Amino acid sequence: MPVATNTILMCAGGGCISSGEESCLQALEKAVEKYALHDVVKIVETGCMGMCDAGPLMVIYPEGVYYQKLTPEDIEKIVSEHILKGRIVEDKLLDNPVSSLKTHNPYDDHPFFTRQVKIATRNMGVIDPMKIEEYIAHDGYFALQKALSMKPEEIIEELKISGLRGRGGAGFPTWLKWDLTRKVPGDEKYVLCNADEGDPGAFMDRSILEGDPHSILEAMAIAGYAIGASKGYIYIRAEYPLAIERLNEGIKQAKELGLFGENIMGSDFSFDLEIRMGAGAFVCGEETALIESIEGKRGQPRVKPPFPAQVGVWGKPTLNNNVETYANIPPILTKGARWFASIGTETSKGTKVFCLAGKVKNTGLVEVPMGITLREVVYDIGGGIPDGKEFKAVQTGGPSGGCIPKEHLDTPIDYETLKELGTMMGSGGMIFMDEDTCMVDVAKYFLDFSVEESCGKCVPCREGNRVMFDMLEKITDGEGEEGDIERLEELGKNIMDTSLCGLGQSSPQPVISTIRYFRDEYEAHINDKRCPAKVCKPLIRYVIDPEKCVGCTACARVCPVTAISGEVKQVHEIDRDICTRCSSCIQVCRFGAISIQSP
Amino acid sequence: MVSDKELEAVEQIVNGVITDESLAEGDVLINCLHEIQNHFHNFVPLEAAEKVAEILKVPESSVYEVLTFYTMFSVEKRGKYVIRVCNSLPCHVTGGKEIIETLKKELGCDFSQTSKDGLFTLEETGCLGLCGVSPVIMINEEFYGNLTHDKVLDIINNIREEERG
Repeated sequence: MPVATNTILMCAGGGCISSGEESCLQALEKAVEKYALHDVVKIVETGCMGMCDAGPLMVIYPEGVYYQKLTPEDIEKIVSEHILKGRIVEDKLLDNPVSSLKTHNPYDDHPFFTRQVKIATRNMGVIDPMKIEEYIAHDGYFALQKALSMKPEEIIEELKISGLRGRGGAGFPTWLKWDLTRKVPGDEKYVLCNADEGDPGAFMDRSILEGDPHSILEAMAIAGYAIGASKGYIYIRAEYPLAIERLNEGIKQAKELGLFGENIMGSDFSFDLEIRMGAGAFVCGEETALIESIEGKRGQPRVKPPFPAQVGVWGKPTLNNNVETYANIPPILTKGARWFASIGTETSKGTKVFCLAGKVKNTGLVEVPMGITLREVVYDIGGGIPDGKEFKAVQTGGPSGGCIPKEHLDTPIDYETLKELGTMMGSGGMIFMDEDTCMVDVAKYFLDFSVEESCGKCVPCREGNRVMFDMLEKITDGEGEEGDIERLEELGKNIMDTSLCGLGQSSPQPVISTIRYFRDEYEAHINDKRCPAKVCKPLIRYVIDPEKCVGCTACARVCPVTAISGEVKQVHEIDRDICTRCSSCIQVCRFGAISIQSP
Repeated sequence: MVSDKELEAVEQIVNGVITDESLAEGDVLINCLHEIQNHFHNFVPLEAAEKVAEILKVPESSVYEVLTFYTMFSVEKRGKYVIRVCNSLPCHVTGGKEIIETLKKELGCDFSQTSKDGLFTLEETGCLGLCGVSPVIMINEEFYGNLTHDKVLDIINNIREEERG
C-alpha cells in the first residue's frame, strides 16, 4: 500500500474560503494530478487555522511548513518546488517578527502561535471536521464514554472544580447552571447550544462549529446525561451555512457509529439533536429570546424569573450554554478538572478564545490563558498596529461592552478586571482601533446597531437608544451643545436600569465607556466643533497645499461633484461648500498636496 | 399569484423539514420559511406563507409576525442575488464605508432596494463573523472578504456576465 509522504492541510475556515481557498484547492488537486502524486500526497481540508489575515493558508507536513496568502499560481510553484524537489518556497512563508529570517514552522517560533494555549480550539486547523475518525483519533468521544461511567453529580462536581464559566458573555459558573437544571424535577428537559453568535467582531463560535463540530455534539450529549435530558437543540444563525452543513454531517456520522441517538455506546442513555436556524435577529442571542425563536416565534425576550432552568423550551427545564463553553467540556473530563483549573487566574480559569479584528496586523482567532495582558495580545500575538499607526483603544464585549484605552494595556484580562474597566468579556471579540478612529463615531456606530436590533418590546430600549443615537449624530454633525454629555450619561443609565433583557441593559455601554475614557473627544466635537481623528464629515475639510500642488488636474478630474477648480499647472482649490468629503481627490493626488483638516 | 403547482412544492418542502411529528407545533416554522424563501428566489409570497400556516396549524398572523420580525425574510420580491453588506464595526474601521458607496453607486440603488435589472437587492446585515478578512459581503450563500473598490466591481461584473450567459 502506498504511504503518503506529504500531508497538506488547507485551511477551509470561513476567512480563507472567502479569500479564495477554493480556487487554491482546485489548483492543488490539478497539480497533484499533473505530477501524478495522488499516492504520496494527502490533502486535508481543516477548520480555521486562526491567522485569517494571512489566508488562504496551507501547511505541508512532515516539515510543518506554513505557507500564506496563496494564489493558484503559488500552489503550482509550491507543488513543483517543495513537494517534488524538497525546496521550500521562501517568499510565501510568514515573516517572523522576532527574527529577520522567514519562519518555516511558525507553530514553534512565531509568537502568534507559541503564545496560545489551545483547549476549546484544540482540533481546529488540525483535523478534517467532516471526518469523525479524525476527531476520535484526537481523543474524541472519550469524554462522553467516561461521562457515561460517572454519576451525573460527579460530572457536575468536576465542572465545579474546573471553575469553567460561561464563555458567551456574563461568565456565569457553568456547573451551577447544570446543577440547577438537573435539580428541577421533570422527565422532559432540553439541552440548548447558543450558536447565535452576533457580537460584531466575534467569530469563534462560527470557527469552532466549522472546524470541530463533534466537540460540540459530544459536549451536548454529556450535558444531556448530566441533567437528565434526551433532546437538544442547536440554535444557529442562518448566516453560517457552512457550520450548519458540517453540524448536520457530524450528527449523521456520530449516529452511524452509535455515539449519538438511541442507546449511546450501548448504554441506557439516548440523546438526539435538532438544528434550528435563526433569521437575522441579534436579540435572539439572549437566551429567552432564543427559546422563543426555537419555538418558531418572533425573538422577544421573556421576563426572568422564571429562568430557563425552570421554564425553558416548551415550558420545560432547559440548559443553555454557548459554543465555546461546550468546546471546553470534553478536555475537562479527559484531562481532569484540576489541570483546567491550573490555567488562568484566581476567578477566571482556563483559556479564552479571542477574535482579533480591526486595526491590528494579525487578525484572526487566538486562544490564550485567562490573565494574559492586553499588551501581549496586541503586540506579541497581534503583531501591533499596521502602517506604523498608534494603538488607541480596543472594544471588547461588542455593543454590550466598552473600550479599553492604552493606559490600561497592562491589565490582565479576566471577567472581573474587564468589568472594573467598564467593559465586559462578552463573547471575546476584540476590535482594535488606531489613532484614525473617532471614538464618538464608534459610540454612534454601536448605538445605531442597538437601535436596529432592539426587538421593540421595552420602551427605554426602543425609544431611548434612538434618542441617544440622535444626540450623538447631533454632536458629530457639529451641533452639539453644552450639557449633551451629561444628558447622554443620564439617559444611558436610565435605559440600562429599566430594560428587560441584556440588550437594553447594556446597549448604552459603548457611549458611557467612550465618555469615561475619551471625554476630551466629545468636548472637542461639542465645544470646538472639531473632530480630532478627522473622521466626522461635517467637522472636517479638505485643503490643497499651494506649496505642493503642481496643477496636474488629477484631483479636479476625479472629483464627483466638481468642487475643485484650477487651471493646468496652476494651484487648485477646493470649494468647501460643494465638497462632499468623499476622499477621492486624496487617493489620486501623487504629490501629497491634499490634507484633511479639522479646525 | 402563486400557482397550485408551486403551493404543492411548498407542501413538500414543509413535510420534508418536519423530522419529528410530535414536535411539529410550529417549531420548524423558521427552518421551513428559509427553504421556501430559497425556492422562490429570496422571498416568501404571502400565499405560500398562508399554506405553511395551514400545514403547521399555526395562525397566519404568527407566520406573518415571524416573516416581518427577522431581517433575512422578505415578503416582497427581491433580486436573484441578495447582497448583504456587513455593517459591523470591524468592517467599518477597515473600509466598509467605501464598499457600501461602491455598491450603491454600481447597482444604482440604496439599501433594501433592488437594482433596475432586477438582479441584485442590496441589504445590510449584522456581523458575518469573518472579521479576520473584513470588509465582507455575502451574496446569497457565498462570502467575499478583503474587499476593495475594484474587487467589488469584479464580483458584480462576473455575476452580470454569468447571467448574460
